[in-house]
Amino acid sequence: MDEHLQSAAQAIQERFGANISEYRGDVSLLVSPDQIVEVCRALRDEFNFEMLSGETAVDYWPELEPRFHLVYLLYSLVNNVRIGLRVPLNGNAPSLPTLESVYPNANWHEREIWDMFGIRFEGHSDLRRILMPYEWEGHPLRKDYPLGYEEVQFTFNYDEIDARKPYAKE
Amino acid sequence: MGIEQKLGNMGVVTIKLEQAVNWARTNAMWPMLFGLACCAIEMMSAQASNYDMSRFGMELMRASPRQSDLMIVAGRVSRKMAPVLRRLYDQMPDPKWVVSMGDCASCGGVFNNYAIVQGVDEVVPVDVYVAGCPPRPEALIHGIMTLHEKVRGEKIKDWA
Repeated sequence: MDEHLQSAAQAIQERFGANISEYRGDVSLLVSPDQIVEVCRALRDEFNFEMLSGETAVDYWPELEPRFHLVYLLYSLVNNVRIGLRVPLNGNAPSLPTLESVYPNANWHEREIWDMFGIRFEGHSDLRRILMPYEWEGHPLRKDYPLGYEEVQFTFNYDEIDARKPYAKE
Repeated sequence: MGIEQKLGNMGVVTIKLEQAVNWARTNAMWPMLFGLACCAIEMMSAQASNYDMSRFGMELMRASPRQSDLMIVAGRVSRKMAPVLRRLYDQMPDPKWVVSMGDCASCGGVFNNYAIVQGVDEVVPVDVYVAGCPPRPEALIHGIMTLHEKVRGEKIKDWA
């Protein structure tokens, strides 16, 4: 493990009780939702992780409980190292504090996570949908969101499905 | 065997109004730029020198719906794009036609999901569907000739 990464990960582990895991040289820390802003601030200000290169979520429904994990990927331009943060979230409509105060680019990432997963960010300045139309119902990247939109037409059910299809009028 | 022989010495030609108008419509049918995905590349090459759609008076792709007669929906239409598509269609002056180019525009293609409109005929009335993923330029030209066939058969009593 890179020495910068090692010292950063160990400091976060000591200060916040975060779990360290390593897979093929990629280090990730398990952080609780109420600590995430402080952890990121410490990593940015003390360990040179200046850049939030990615923020996303994973839905483990129905295999795992808690179902949502939030994933933050931080990058240090000075030391050329990356670190991942994982935040497990309880419940079907979870919320956690926004990271905007530390990394302003979290704004759009968090809007996308809200749009696709329905995870709320407390204190976010502009939590609107970013990809789907504003009046859209549901959050498409959730695993319990229905797959597919229209039934596939075969010869035996062609007419039945065709009758339901909303054709446009002039 | 040109038109001169039919003219005789009178300098006039008689034709039904229906036929004259339909002939004029088919031979200067300006399409609107509506490339949404990979089908647009094939649409471009149908315009380019090798296939040369200007043979049909269709060399002018208009960027404005107000100057166009034909909308070639080339590519997948997302649900967010659908209201825009309908709005542009509504802005086109009558008479207007729609060619749905490719599988995605015709029926959703491989994208059977929440984000893609399952056939652009849910949004605008389609005259000709061109199958293919993407259709070759020949297929698009064939679709357009099919549309021309349709336009040539239009009746004066059906005109709005």
